Amino acid sequence: MSEEMNTPQEVVTTHEVHHDEHHVHHHKETFITKYIFSQDHKTIGKQFLITGIIWAIIGGLFSVLFRLQLGYPDQHFPILETFFGHWAKGGQIQPEFYYALITMHGTVLVFFVLTAGLSGTFANLLIPLQIGARDMAAPLLNMLSYWFFFMASVVMVSSLFISTGPAAGGWTVYPPLSALGQASEGSKLGMDLWIVSMALFVVSSLLGGLNYISTILNMRTKGMSMTRLPLTIWALFFTAILGVLSFPVLLSGLILLLFDRNLGTSFYLSDIVVNGQVLPNEGGSAILFQHLFWFLGHPEVYIIILPAMGIASEILSVNSRKPIFGYMAMVGSLFAITVLAFLVWAHHMFVTGLNPFLGSIFVLLTLLIAVPSAIKVFNWLTTLWRGNIRFFPSTLFAIGFVSLFISGGLTGIFLGNSTIDIHLHDTMFIVAHFHIVMGVAGMFGMFAGIYHWFPKMFGRYLNSTLGYIHFWVTMIGAYLIFWPMHYEGLAGMPRRYLDKSSWVSFSQFADLDRMITIVSILVFAVQLMFVFNFFYSIFKGRKVTSQNPWGSNTLEWTTPIRPGHGNWEGEIPEVHRWAYDYGKDGREFIPQVEPIGANESTH
Amino acid sequence: MVSDIKLKKFQNSLPSGGAQRKKLHPHKFTLWVAIGSILMMFAGLTSAFIVKSNQTNWKTVAMPKVFWISTAVLLLSSLMIQMALRSFKNREMNQYRLLIGLTLALGIAFVFLQWIGFQQLWDQKVTFTGSGAGQFLYVIFGLHALHVTGGIIALLVMFVKAFIGKTKLYSSVPVQVAATYWHFVDLLWLYLLIFFMIIGK
Repeated sequence: MSEEMNTPQEVVTTHEVHHDEHHVHHHKETFITKYIFSQDHKTIGKQFLITGIIWAIIGGLFSVLFRLQLGYPDQHFPILETFFGHWAKGGQIQPEFYYALITMHGTVLVFFVLTAGLSGTFANLLIPLQIGARDMAAPLLNMLSYWFFFMASVVMVSSLFISTGPAAGGWTVYPPLSALGQASEGSKLGMDLWIVSMALFVVSSLLGGLNYISTILNMRTKGMSMTRLPLTIWALFFTAILGVLSFPVLLSGLILLLFDRNLGTSFYLSDIVVNGQVLPNEGGSAILFQHLFWFLGHPEVYIIILPAMGIASEILSVNSRKPIFGYMAMVGSLFAITVLAFLVWAHHMFVTGLNPFLGSIFVLLTLLIAVPSAIKVFNWLTTLWRGNIRFFPSTLFAIGFVSLFISGGLTGIFLGNSTIDIHLHDTMFIVAHFHIVMGVAGMFGMFAGIYHWFPKMFGRYLNSTLGYIHFWVTMIGAYLIFWPMHYEGLAGMPRRYLDKSSWVSFSQFADLDRMITIVSILVFAVQLMFVFNFFYSIFKGRKVTSQNPWGSNTLEWTTPIRPGHGNWEGEIPEVHRWAYDYGKDGREFIPQVEPIGANESTH
Repeated sequence: MVSDIKLKKFQNSLPSGGAQRKKLHPHKFTLWVAIGSILMMFAGLTSAFIVKSNQTNWKTVAMPKVFWISTAVLLLSSLMIQMALRSFKNREMNQYRLLIGLTLALGIAFVFLQWIGFQQLWDQKVTFTGSGAGQFLYVIFGLHALHVTGGIIALLVMFVKAFIGKTKLYSSVPVQVAATYWHFVDLLWLYLLIFFMIIGK
C-alpha cells in the first residue's frame, strides 16, 4: 500500500497528510472482534477508559450523596427515599447506607477508576505506540486483562443491588468488622462479593502488568534505547512493577479473610464479642491484615500517581515547547519512589500499637519520599520556566496536577511524622491530604492525558471551550472542597462519622460543610459536562486533519490519523534521538524519527 | 497489501538489524515476571505465618508422612519434563509424547497425594478452627496445589496437541515455558516444605 511512506529516514512533520481516506481496513473483522473481543491494544485502552468513566460517574455520585448528609445532617430529602427506599428512610441517609457509600466511593475511585481506568487506559494506548511496536507482547493476555476487569466490575455492581447492600467497612476492609457478617449488614454477602471482585481485579491487573513490563523491555523499535523512552513509558513501566509485586500480597490477605469469613478460621479474629455473643475465635491478629493490606495499599497510591506524573511530564514538555528538564533525574526519582513505595506501608499504622522504634524507621523512610518528589516538582517547574507555553486544556490540567501534587504532598510531611499523626490520624486532615495529592491529582493527570491523546484515540478533538470550563471549575472546586478539610481535621473532626452535629466543638464547621457540599455538587455537574463532551466528540467532534496536531516528537504521531491494528502501515519507524528535542537549534520540534544532523548540537 | 499482513507476521517483522541484542523470548520473560508475582503472594503468606507464629496461642502441626511421597513425585515429574524438553529439541516426538504424559500423570498424582495429606491432617483434628500452623498449611499448600493444577491444565493442552495437532510443532518455546513453570512450582514446594519443617515446628 504505502510502502514509499514512512521509511525510517522520512521526516514526518506537521504538514497535512491525509491518511483518512485510505486508512488500513480490516478484512473479515466483525463488530465483535473489532470492538468487543478485540486484541488491538488501542481498542482495549478505550474499553478501559470508557468502563473507567462509567465507574467514575457511579463513584462520584456516591460522594455527592454522602456529602448531602455531611452538609445537611438535619435536612430531609424525600427524593432520596423515592430512589433508595429504606436505605434513606424519611429522606435521610441511614448509617448503613452512609458507610456503604463511603466504602464504595473509595473502592471504586481507587481501584476501578484510578488504577484500571488510568494505567489501564494509557498503558494500553501508549506503550506500543510510543515505543514503536505493533501491539503488546501478548495481545491475548491483554484482552483477558480487560475482561477480568469487566467481570470484577460486574461482580462489584451486582453487590450494589443485593438486599444487604455492598461492603461497608471502609475501602480498607479491616477485620474484624469485615470478617463478621453478624457485625454489620455490609459485612454479609456484600463483603464476599467485594473480595471476589477484587480477586478478579488483581488477576486483571497482573495480566496487564506482565504485558506492560514485557512489552517495554522486549518490543522497542530499532534505536529506541531505554534512555530514549518518553517519560510516560518510564512511569507506566514502574507502575506495572509496583502492581505486579504488590497486588499478589493483597490477594493473599484477602484469601485469609475469605477463610475467616466462611470457613471458621481465626487468622484475624481473637476474643470478640458481637451483640453480647462471645465468638469462639482465638489467636488471630487483626493487625496482620493491616500489614498485608498496606503492603499493597501504599504502593497502590503510587500506582495511581506515577502514570499521572508521566503524562504530566510529557504534556508539559510538549506544550511549553521545551525539553523536559532533568530527564535522567526524572527517571531516577521515579525509580526511587518505586523502591521507597515498598518500604513505607507501616506509616498507615502508627497508632495500631506499632513499636515506636519501628515507627521511627518508617517515619524516616516516609520523609525520604519528599526528596524524589521534590526533584520531580522542581523539574516540572523548570520545564515550564520561560517556555512558550500553549495553554490547551491538557496543559492546564497538567499544571493543575503539579499544583495539587505540591499542596497535597506538603501535608504528607505532617502525616508522615508519627507524633503528629497521633493527633491527625482518622480526621478530615487525612481525607484532605490523600484526595488532593492522589485522588484529584490522579484525576487531573487522567484528564490531561485524555485531552492530549483524544485525537489519537478517536481522530477528533474534544471541545476546548468546554475543556476550559471543565478545568477552571474543577481546579477551583477541588481546592474549595478539600482545602477547608485541613482545618476541620486539625480541630480534630473525625472522618467516617455520619453526623457530627452533637459535638459542640464542631458546630463551627456546619456552614463550611454546607459550602463543601454545594461545591461538590457543582463540580460533579461539570464532570458530567466533560462526559458529555467526551461522548459527543467521539462522533461529532472536530476532525483531526494533520498527522501530528500538537507538534510532538513521540512516535504515536507518526502513525496514520486513525491507525489500524498494527499501528504503522509500512515498516515501524526507526528512532534516532530522545523524545524531548523541543526548541533546539532554532527548530520548534524535532521528531524522534529524524536522524541526527551533521551539524547538530548535542543535548 | 498491508491489510493482508497478520499480526504475528508484524511481530516477526520487528527490526532485525544487528543493533538488536539477542534477548529472552518475550513469553519466557513474561513467565519470569509472573513467577516473581506468584512468589510475592507466597512471601506475603509465609511472612504472615512468621508474624503469627511469634504470638500467643500458636499451635504447631505434625506433618503427615504422605507429603514426603508427594515431594518425591513432584521431583520426579520435574525430571520428566526436563527429559521431555530434550527429546522435543531432538525431534524425538514419540519419546516426547511419552515423557510429557508421564509428567502429567505425576502432576495429577501430586495433587491427589496432597489431598490425602489434607485428609490425614483433618483426621488428626487439625481443622479450620483456630489459628495455628495447621490453618496456614491448608491455605498455603492449597494455593500451591492450585498453581500445580494450573500447570496440569497447560500440560494437558500440550499433551493433546502432541497427538492430534495438525500443525507441526517446531518452536520449543512453549515447552520451555511449561518446563520452567513446572520447575518453579517444584522449587516453590521445596521452599514451602522446608519452611514448614523449620518455622512451623
